[in-house]
Amino acid sequence: MGLSFLEGNEAIAHGAVAAGCNFFAGYPITPATTVYNTMLSLLPPSGGVCLQGEDEIASMGFCLGASMAGKKVLTATSGPGISLYSEQISFAIGSEIPVVIVDVQRLGPSTGSATRGADGDVQFLQWGSSGGLPVIVLAPADVRDCYLLTVHAFNLAEKFRCPVFLASNKEIAMTKESIDLSAIPLPDIVERQPAGPNQPFRPFASENNHSAPPFLPIGGDTLVRQTSSTHGTDGYITIDPAVIESMQQRLDQKLMAHVDALTFYDTDIQEGADTLVITYGVTSRSAVDAVASLRSEGKAASLLVLKTLWPVPEAVIRQLAAPVSRVVVTEMNMGLYLREIERLLPDKTIGFMGHMSGKLVTPHEIREVVTNG
Amino acid sequence: MGSFLNTDRPPVFCPGCAHERVTSALDETFQQMELEASEIVIVSDIGCSGLFDTFFNTHAFHGLHGRALTYATGLKLARPELTVIVTMGDGGLGIGGAHVLSACRRNVDLTLMVLNNFNYGMTGGQFSATTPSDAKVGSSFLNQLEMPIDACRVAASAGAGWVMRASIYEKHVADQLTAAIRYPGFSMIDLWGVCPGRYTKQNNLTPKSLRAIMDGLPSADGPVPENQRKEYGKHYAEIAAGLKPQGPPPQIEARQNAPDHGKNGISILGSAGQRIITAGEILCLAGMSAGLHATQKNDYPITVLRGHSVSELLLSDTTIGYTGIEQPAVVIAIADEGVARRKSMIDRLDENCLVIKATDVDVPASRAQVHEIDFKAWKIKSQDRALASLAVLAGLDRIISADMLRAAISFRFKDAIAASALVLMDNVAGHLAA
Repeated sequence: MGLSFLEGNEAIAHGAVAAGCNFFAGYPITPATTVYNTMLSLLPPSGGVCLQGEDEIASMGFCLGASMAGKKVLTATSGPGISLYSEQISFAIGSEIPVVIVDVQRLGPSTGSATRGADGDVQFLQWGSSGGLPVIVLAPADVRDCYLLTVHAFNLAEKFRCPVFLASNKEIAMTKESIDLSAIPLPDIVERQPAGPNQPFRPFASENNHSAPPFLPIGGDTLVRQTSSTHGTDGYITIDPAVIESMQQRLDQKLMAHVDALTFYDTDIQEGADTLVITYGVTSRSAVDAVASLRSEGKAASLLVLKTLWPVPEAVIRQLAAPVSRVVVTEMNMGLYLREIERLLPDKTIGFMGHMSGKLVTPHEIREVVTNG
Repeated sequence: MGSFLNTDRPPVFCPGCAHERVTSALDETFQQMELEASEIVIVSDIGCSGLFDTFFNTHAFHGLHGRALTYATGLKLARPELTVIVTMGDGGLGIGGAHVLSACRRNVDLTLMVLNNFNYGMTGGQFSATTPSDAKVGSSFLNQLEMPIDACRVAASAGAGWVMRASIYEKHVADQLTAAIRYPGFSMIDLWGVCPGRYTKQNNLTPKSLRAIMDGLPSADGPVPENQRKEYGKHYAEIAAGLKPQGPPPQIEARQNAPDHGKNGISILGSAGQRIITAGEILCLAGMSAGLHATQKNDYPITVLRGHSVSELLLSDTTIGYTGIEQPAVVIAIADEGVARRKSMIDRLDENCLVIKATDVDVPASRAQVHEIDFKAWKIKSQDRALASLAVLAGLDRIISADMLRAAISFRFKDAIAASALVLMDNVAGHLAA
């Protein structure tokens, strides 16, 4: 068996290439820069395009233009850059432009701490753009996830024609780990569905009210319209309330009606356990250790590690929490995803362990909350 | 070739709007260039110039205010065969200023049409980046406080290869647009016209007075001689063609046997310039050569060659969860800066921990076993201390063996550097034996 030694950011870049990514644009920012560095070593020699924008707004603009020309595009930044992406993200949501966005979270608010980790953006990624429509957010826990979930992220972006976020963390992104990428089974690669030959082409006409419209690239033989304005199926601005509402509902339902297809999670359920630990991202690694050590002391505990944060996998959470009376949420912030769990499980006792100190939540800290409340 | 004007959605303008003339001139341009509609994409900005994508039956891309050039850049680099035309007002010129400057510097083959009518027409005639200070506008007195910019001088000084200032009321606009589009690089035409809906209600501006103002400005007639160079996309392709494709990440084979089992944390505490991070990587690779799982986290300041450098490693025969080190098995202390950074950890060390320390480094007292090395007496340079410490560890057969360390060095380094690292290992082994 051979092992490579990679950090999370490098694994994301390799995952992107494995998914067919052929266009990257970004602006340097710690702790996301090594995604850009790695893409710069991978893409240009193989016919791909890798650009450094004059700022984050430009980098996202390059990506959206290239995606509409048919490229599979990636960008990577951290919290301050996500703030600048915001308007472009809402454009990608409303105008159905596939793009994978890596947010290597660092301790905020604002410019915060460039080299300290946190999971402080997990609500921001869902709600940090205008319009209030759902987005997909995947959360890797380690280098393996960085590789695998990046491939899933591209598949979801193509299938649903939407931005897909990878909510990474400095503690995953810049931590090197031994890994055998070739041993990770990857899903089949998904390409966006091309529009059929029936003309005239209506760029936002979908087959039903819960799927993305078939795609044709700007620059092909068939004329294609893209617009950030509220539009009808023809891609022209509209003020017709019925058309507007139908488009908004489809943008909502194209994700919300398919939550099962975009939900990833791991479980470690112990028969008879009365406590379920719910976690995600780098903190899940501490939770795995904490649960193992509890069990070694004869104490029962179950574990749910969410790999999809948004849309919230409500059915999975409710189902796995059903047998327990108590849930412990642990995350690297002061209780952001906790809000979702409290919303879903009003009848459970809910404990919490998390902090914003730049330090990882330790297995010991989680064990204490599980044991002593 | 016929007109590409969108007869299904005929353009609607305020009476006397300059944009109506621009629309006709652009249509005439397409006809005289004999382009196919599918060869053209119009990328429109926000405001009245943002309606242009709907006026024509070509590919169309309408996005956010000031960002049109960014989409155009992505489109052109993705499909170099496309003719990409950006319509933007003087408002977009201001809010998207960084993109305008960068487009000029970058020289991607795009054509930027600045439809310059000296105000924000759509939102009520507020002042823009090109509004004269003495104009009466919808922003009360605020425009009196700012200088307007000359888009042409800005573009030329930012590196645009082709810049023209033109009046929509004069002849040959279609010829000028044709020349701009044919230019094989970034071109900008600053196309002056009036906004009768807002601007000329309070300001007297006529084709004649526009010409008089233009005559008072430095000329901008097309090619800028000092800015001629390769087009970005072609230049990119030229350089990329000479680059060697990268293979998958290299893998180290698991052929060695580790002397220790379980999960072991190692902290290397040093200073910048001591190759701490490389040593941390070598230690992990040594572990991986015996099939161990490994993680490495580093801590260093933003400065180069100054301050602390700390590397924290875990080697384990089972999957690694938490990547912090609660109780290290080994601490390598080779500079005071690193020790200062992890003082609280040293206070907690137990009797199972081995501290390998340089004689000239102060390590606070703890319950750990201490192995002291006089690097100076061994004639080992500061930058070799970290690697030499790994050789000490291997010499003591703790966590890694000498074979594991050799495997890691041979994997990580090439030729001369690998050879000198192996000499250093032998040197350390000799001292340990003595």
